[in-house]
Amino acid sequence: MAKFEPVLMANMHKADSHTLKVYEAGGGYRGLRKALKEMTPDQVTETVKASGLRGRGGAGFPTGLKWTFLPKNHPGPIYMCINADESEPGTFNNRYLMELDPHQVIEGIILSCYATKAVTAYLYIRVEYPLSRRRLQSAIDECYAAGLLGKNILGTSFSLDIFIHVGAAAYICGEETGLIESLEGKRAWPRIKPPFPAIEGVFRKPTVVNNIETAACVTQIIDRGADWFKTIGVPADPKNPRDPGSYGPKLYCLSGHVNKPGCYEAPLGITCRELINEYGEGIWKGRKGKAAIPGGISMGLLTEAEFDTPLDFAGPGKVGCLGLGTAAVVVMDETVNMVDFLHNSCRFFAHESCGQCTPCREGTHWSLTMLERIKAGKGRLKDLDLLLEIGDSIGIIPGTTICGLSDGAAWPIKNAIRKFRGDFEEYIKRTNPNGYMVTEPVPALLQLGAH
Amino acid sequence: MSTVARVLTDEMIEAIKAYIPRYPSKQAVTLPALHIVNDRLRYVPLQAIVEIAEILELAPAQVQDTLSFYGYFKQDKPHGEIRAWVCRSVSCALRGADELLEHMCHKAGLKPGETSANGKLTIEFGECLGACEMAPCILEGEELVADVTHEKADALLAKYK
Ligand SMILES: Cc1cc2nc3c(=O)[nH]c(=O)nc-3n(C[C@H](O)[C@H](O)[C@H](O)COP(=O)(O)O)c2cc1C
Ligand code: SF4
Ligand code: FES
Repeated sequence: MAKFEPVLMANMHKADSHTLKVYEAGGGYRGLRKALKEMTPDQVTETVKASGLRGRGGAGFPTGLKWTFLPKNHPGPIYMCINADESEPGTFNNRYLMELDPHQVIEGIILSCYATKAVTAYLYIRVEYPLSRRRLQSAIDECYAAGLLGKNILGTSFSLDIFIHVGAAAYICGEETGLIESLEGKRAWPRIKPPFPAIEGVFRKPTVVNNIETAACVTQIIDRGADWFKTIGVPADPKNPRDPGSYGPKLYCLSGHVNKPGCYEAPLGITCRELINEYGEGIWKGRKGKAAIPGGISMGLLTEAEFDTPLDFAGPGKVGCLGLGTAAVVVMDETVNMVDFLHNSCRFFAHESCGQCTPCREGTHWSLTMLERIKAGKGRLKDLDLLLEIGDSIGIIPGTTICGLSDGAAWPIKNAIRKFRGDFEEYIKRTNPNGYMVTEPVPALLQLGAH
Repeated sequence: MSTVARVLTDEMIEAIKAYIPRYPSKQAVTLPALHIVNDRLRYVPLQAIVEIAEILELAPAQVQDTLSFYGYFKQDKPHGEIRAWVCRSVSCALRGADELLEHMCHKAGLKPGETSANGKLTIEFGECLGACEMAPCILEGEELVADVTHEKADALLAKYK
């Protein structure tokens, strides 16, 4: 295979890559000019559909298909929400795009709004991204001045405003309906679906929610064509009619115990091991790998033996992970104790659960309490079964909660204990030699029944 | 009857009102309004909630409900001139973030969320700052500090002595 040429990151090494001048010099807004002149909105949608693009925000839903769920001939307004909340631990590719090539993102947003007939795009960005916010705002300002945003874009009848909306440090605002509630000025409590946002979204109007990297892919697809996009990645499995394939380039985030952490563009389907060795220059300090998160902490864990798993939409699921998620790979070397990892994971989800569903609120809280107890040398082997019971019973997949945050909380628990049970048993026996076999309820659990 | 002094300045009120045309509902201006007040006062006192509610034609309870959901806005007293968010999520933790936070808190004599006596610095823990390739990292106000060693952390603290 010929060496892969970066596309989404092609502009990023240039000086002032975030400015309109540099972006246009590299062919920027060529696709938009072509689309507004030669294509109808439906043709743009069809092109995106034909490309096989699947959303890059975590769920991997086919983008063009999502757009067609909007009601036909709706009197409007239709809204576009661009999800730049990017808070999944391990993930930072949206930040690269916004800081180093904001116009590539904005061009994709304009194209997506043209295709869906959205009149306003709200770009919801986390408050922890001040540089991204400034770069995006100045890029938006440049677009208004150049007639690429606002009334009658490039002299056509198409008009669009993009407004940046700043979050307030809550992970749940990345969930699409949590984002919508937050945008409306309320607590970010995800909504029960259906109705899906395409039917009733923000301000009770039809709404599309798309990720920043998805928008950047739209830019490239309209400029280079759907066929080009399909030459990259992993084709649909002909034996599985429900597999839409994993096409296109992907921005992989690599962090943790590697020599060269960073954001790397590769074709969908690169294996975790290739990513670590070819891009990350191997595990640090000459050590061996022990585990890796395949796509953000919610996705669970790969063991070292599973590092050859391809990181496409279908790959991680085949080895018991939740999915590809955000394609953020976090590598752990042989010195890591999975008790520490799981404590960190449980602490995150207990902190970020929005509290709306009892199984999620209580499950994340109690799993953290148990991990704290284990870490404090008071763990019992029975705790591992209790933890698995929580892991197996919270989430959309068992059907007990409103949103996927709790599936994300469950997967690290299930994978860590099932794939690395020895670590936990050894730790518990070593730190609690007299009590590890105890099975009676501990006092804190007894208190639960008191009210 | 006691009258409470107004806390929103004319400038703040104008800044808040400027957001209203962007949205089809005034309630959507809640987060922008909270940010506008917080940027200037470094907290959002209860009286500001009442005044924001008045501008946005909401019950104060609605604005308060939203504020209380987001851990970001302090309400009892202003945070320091700079908030330093020390990431504690997985990629940073693998590269020493817990020890870093502990070191900084110990050295500054503060717990996460507390402000130094001179009012210059608040140390906070943060969840993944989206900069995991720079782990462990700190968001110091609007500046990202990468690959933070204990020496770098000491230098950061010294700036706010
Ligand atoms: C708890 C949770 C957090 C999420 N956080 C994000 C996020 O930060 N950014 C994002 O784009 N999608 C996030 N998602 C996925 C969104 O719900 C949604 O699927 C996505 O924004 C759709 O865009 P896409 O189709 O372009 O991927 C999250 C989902 C869940 C369940
Ligand atoms: S699953 Fe958890 S985060 Fe999602 S809505 Fe329910 S309580 Fe909130
Ligand atoms: S884990 Fe610290 S920045 Fe992502």
